[in-house]
Amino acid sequence: MSTTTTLYLNGKIANLFEQSGITNQQRKEAFAAFQKIGLPANKSEEYRFTPITRVLEKNFDFNSIGNSSSINSIEPFFIPNVDANLIVFINGIFSSTFSKIISKELEIKSLQSAIDSGEAIPYFQKYLLNSADAFTALNSTLWSDGIFIHVPTKTKVEKPVFILHVNEAGQNQSISHTRLLAVLEEESELTLIEKSVSNGTNNIFHTFAEEIVVKENASFDYIKIQNDEGKLHQVANTLIHQSNRSKLNTFTLTLNGSLIRNNFNIAIDGEHCESHFYGLYLLNGNTLADNHTVVDHIKPNSHSNELYKGVMDGNSKGVFNGKIYVRPQAQKTNAFQSNRNILLTDSSSINTKPQLEIWADDVKCSHGCTSGQLDEEAMFYLRSRGIPQQQAKAMLLYAFALETLEPIKNTELKKHLESLISQRLNQLQ
Amino acid sequence: MLSIKNLQAKIEEKPILNGINLRVNAGEVHAIMGPNGSGKSTLASVLAGREEYEVTGGEVTFNGKNLLEFEPDERAAEGIFLAFQYPVEIPGVSTINFMKTALNKVREYRGEPTLDAVAFLQLMKEKMKLVEIDQSLLSRSLNEGFSGGEKKRNEIFQMAMLEPKLAILDETDSGLDIDALRIVANGVNKLRNKNNATIVVTHYQRLLDYIVPDFVHVLYKGRIVKSGGKELAKELEAKGYDWIKNEIATV
Repeated sequence: MSTTTTLYLNGKIANLFEQSGITNQQRKEAFAAFQKIGLPANKSEEYRFTPITRVLEKNFDFNSIGNSSSINSIEPFFIPNVDANLIVFINGIFSSTFSKIISKELEIKSLQSAIDSGEAIPYFQKYLLNSADAFTALNSTLWSDGIFIHVPTKTKVEKPVFILHVNEAGQNQSISHTRLLAVLEEESELTLIEKSVSNGTNNIFHTFAEEIVVKENASFDYIKIQNDEGKLHQVANTLIHQSNRSKLNTFTLTLNGSLIRNNFNIAIDGEHCESHFYGLYLLNGNTLADNHTVVDHIKPNSHSNELYKGVMDGNSKGVFNGKIYVRPQAQKTNAFQSNRNILLTDSSSINTKPQLEIWADDVKCSHGCTSGQLDEEAMFYLRSRGIPQQQAKAMLLYAFALETLEPIKNTELKKHLESLISQRLNQLQ
Repeated sequence: MLSIKNLQAKIEEKPILNGINLRVNAGEVHAIMGPNGSGKSTLASVLAGREEYEVTGGEVTFNGKNLLEFEPDERAAEGIFLAFQYPVEIPGVSTINFMKTALNKVREYRGEPTLDAVAFLQLMKEKMKLVEIDQSLLSRSLNEGFSGGEKKRNEIFQMAMLEPKLAILDETDSGLDIDALRIVANGVNKLRNKNNATIVVTHYQRLLDYIVPDFVHVLYKGRIVKSGGKELAKELEAKGYDWIKNEIATV
């Protein structure tokens, strides 16, 4: 039965494709790739704990796009005291009204115009492959808008770039597909913040395909904030490609959403690279958050450190899958991975799976995953000093969570993330 | 202040306390001694409200209230303080932050105004001197990487901050060298007054040279089998616990 329903939605999307009258060759090829993979079926190994196809079938009408927008102000979504270059998408369409670029040294334009001018061609769909995931292929077929960010050689961009996806679902459902292509030239530096927010209570489906190229000696910090209180169903496919001596810090914070799937891939295609790959998911209600991560050591002498932590409350579900590849030529690789989880209720769950595939012999690799309850002994210690249960819990969880903020250098941003985390923890029963 | 009548408790179906009777008045220091496994630490834990222990009988009143009905944090606010035998290491929570939260929660419970950052720091500095603890230690994560002596000093510092009516020191001497022991004992002595009381739980007489008890009770198989003055501790030290065991056996 599942096969037929999957076919049903695949067919719907095929209709959508035909009706759209797409003639672009790359999009046609992407669609062919999509048809070959198809949406994940029930038994799909990569989506085993995340029944996304069923959820999409149940909640969305793929006959109509139905997007409409009545956004007047985006200020409530800003990060306090963080002065940033603002890139705003509303239901997947770049908004020149709300976007604002303040760093003159930065080159930002629409992805389509960067493809037309040829600038984007050497990178576009080069590392993030349509064959890797159905939603990448779907996005490559149907993407409505995208942004191209170019950081010139030796340019250190002081002010972060803040990408805000606003999903307007007040009247209708919202379905959108957006893309990002960022190229950091040699010895450049950039901090990117990405956040999804919504308005209204209708269902939202958003795919985001991101390709980020970090060249020699460049340094890239990436913070994703997933705190959408609406009915967001999001699949983000991210690929960061690193060259020699480049530095990468990433932090993904997931607090809200109906279904969040992050396919986050780092290709360490250079020597002496450093990659810090951090994440935190604090889930409640019925949220499902699935972090599928890949660290691919292609060249020797690089160092990667991955730390993802989770706290599951209510009926929430966490999924973590961490793949580390160390290719035969990637000798002297240091690769560490840790995933630690705390379950607060009997009805919450976590599925965690580390997958290491190591072909080189002279490497240092370690991984570990834990899941358990709050430390009773620590709870009693705090309570024996007069701290009530709820607050003691919040205190311990805050301490647990805080370690994941280590890669964040921007102090105002860090403060904001700390306050998001404590707000969430203070809501605990 | 504290009245324990026929207290019985078990852990995982195993009875540990088999009818404890004890009265502690304000201004008194009581020592509870006994061989390993006699139930000393269990008694301390039950009074502080540790949930693994199930009270199966008897009663405990504290300043006229039924202590057993209170949650651990409420007991602390009512004025019970347990200095842990093994203070817990809590990474990511600084002692200062932790103490500020705890003290203000206790003050709230007691209907006293909460302290702002300045007033808190002032109080903290005052109490730090009392237990000879360094501020740099208090800025670090709670007990993380502390030596045995530092952990115990931190316990006494917390006690000084919270000003309990009844302090229960659970094997506070374990793992301490003689200098650390003296510092910890001095702190406890300075905090003593006619309105508060102390229960010292210990295996050895050594600590009682520094914190001199008014009463000594010997716990064995979950009961108080012998009570006396401070000389009882000396006698125990000289004769060993076998003396008590044999005495019980012959009765």
